[in-house]
Amino acid sequence: MSRAALLVLADGRFPAGGHAHSGGAEAAVKAGRITGAGSLADFCRGRLHTAGLVSGAVAAAAVLGVDPLELDRATDARTPSPALRVAARKLGRQLMRAGRATWPSAELDALARQFPKGAHQPVVLGLVARAAGLGAEDAAYCAAYESVSGAASAVVRLLSLDPFDATGVLARLAPELDRVADRAVEAARAVVGDGVNALPAASAPLLEIGAEAHAAWAVRLFAS
Amino acid sequence: MHLDHDHHGPAAVSADSHRPDGTRRALRIGLGGPVGSGKTATVAALCRILRDELSLAVVTNDIYTREDAEFLLREAVLPPERITAVETGACPHTAIRDDISANLEAVEDLEDEIGPLDLILVESGGDNLTATFSKGLVDAQIFVIDVAGGDDIPRKGGPGVTTADLLVVNKTDLAPYVGSDLGRMAADAKAQRAELPVVFQSLRTEAGVCEVAGWVRGRLAAWTA
Repeated sequence: MSRAALLVLADGRFPAGGHAHSGGAEAAVKAGRITGAGSLADFCRGRLHTAGLVSGAVAAAAVLGVDPLELDRATDARTPSPALRVAARKLGRQLMRAGRATWPSAELDALARQFPKGAHQPVVLGLVARAAGLGAEDAAYCAAYESVSGAASAVVRLLSLDPFDATGVLARLAPELDRVADRAVEAARAVVGDGVNALPAASAPLLEIGAEAHAAWAVRLFAS
Repeated sequence: MHLDHDHHGPAAVSADSHRPDGTRRALRIGLGGPVGSGKTATVAALCRILRDELSLAVVTNDIYTREDAEFLLREAVLPPERITAVETGACPHTAIRDDISANLEAVEDLEDEIGPLDLILVESGGDNLTATFSKGLVDAQIFVIDVAGGDDIPRKGGPGVTTADLLVVNKTDLAPYVGSDLGRMAADAKAQRAELPVVFQSLRTEAGVCEVAGWVRGRLAAWTA
């Protein structure tokens, strides 16, 4: 295994469709909940400990060999908003394409066959990480980081926020990101023995509600 | 390669010229260029002239999500199921060049859902002079500029002007009103592009999009040969 593969997978330029999504930031900006670097940090912290933790645990469990179908169903159950489920499957499908082209593997081909229209993105992320020779911890880090990095770069575009401030927000969240990744891996290990009910079910109601409102806008810059 | 070619195989992951069931996929032609140069109008005119002889579909890449797709729907140039809008996160050039996954998904879905297609036009939202399509997404690209955007654009060059398979200089009917020198534009384009073709068109004249449509037919003949 090569640890450097994690840099390839976690790179914001990895071509898996993430650039068109704001992680709920566009809805939060419009609602006045994100107005600058301070409120961006609050928003990202909330995402990290909810969506980020769940995604990290799902991705790590997929690396550990938990059945993707069960993980996908468990993720559905943890995603009340239909708009978010659609977005997560779309991103999962795009990541599947990029992952199969980058790290060809029979396991990813089988996943594509099982989910032609896409599985939840963290499920795919875990199996792509596995195909890249990475471990559960790597996948958890990648999912947790993605849960905040996309929102931060979207806010740079939405508010013309100083990009150094946005990057500073991510840097200051790093210690919390470490803890979330640890908790996610711990939960994933429990899933191996106890089943998918051991996955965390932390949720952020405003993200779910915001996503539903956002999906109905006639004019928006981001897909979600 | 690692692609399955049996009928139930997973979707292709690259610019492979065949679909998972082994049949030849549609020719994909990209249209890019600055805002307001007439990309959508050219796409609409191409649809009107080609729809009776070819099975075609359109993918739009908008900045504000569905504007261009809605124009095409309003104009009824194709049935709605043949027009798909890709959301680009405010960056069309990223979606057509750096991260083409959403566009590849759109073209594959169109072929899966409406059956065999001859041609898919992939339109970029208006962007800057450096915006070009990835070879992983399209087989050929048209760059559309217009005389009112300044007759020095061919001289300035940039990847779109110099490398597109076809350069279209649109709105030639406006040249006298905006003081653009068509001869100079043609000479500059020739200097930048050597043997690559250039078409001067006005969609308000009878000839309209005919010359571009002829070029598209030629590409299609080469694709299916």
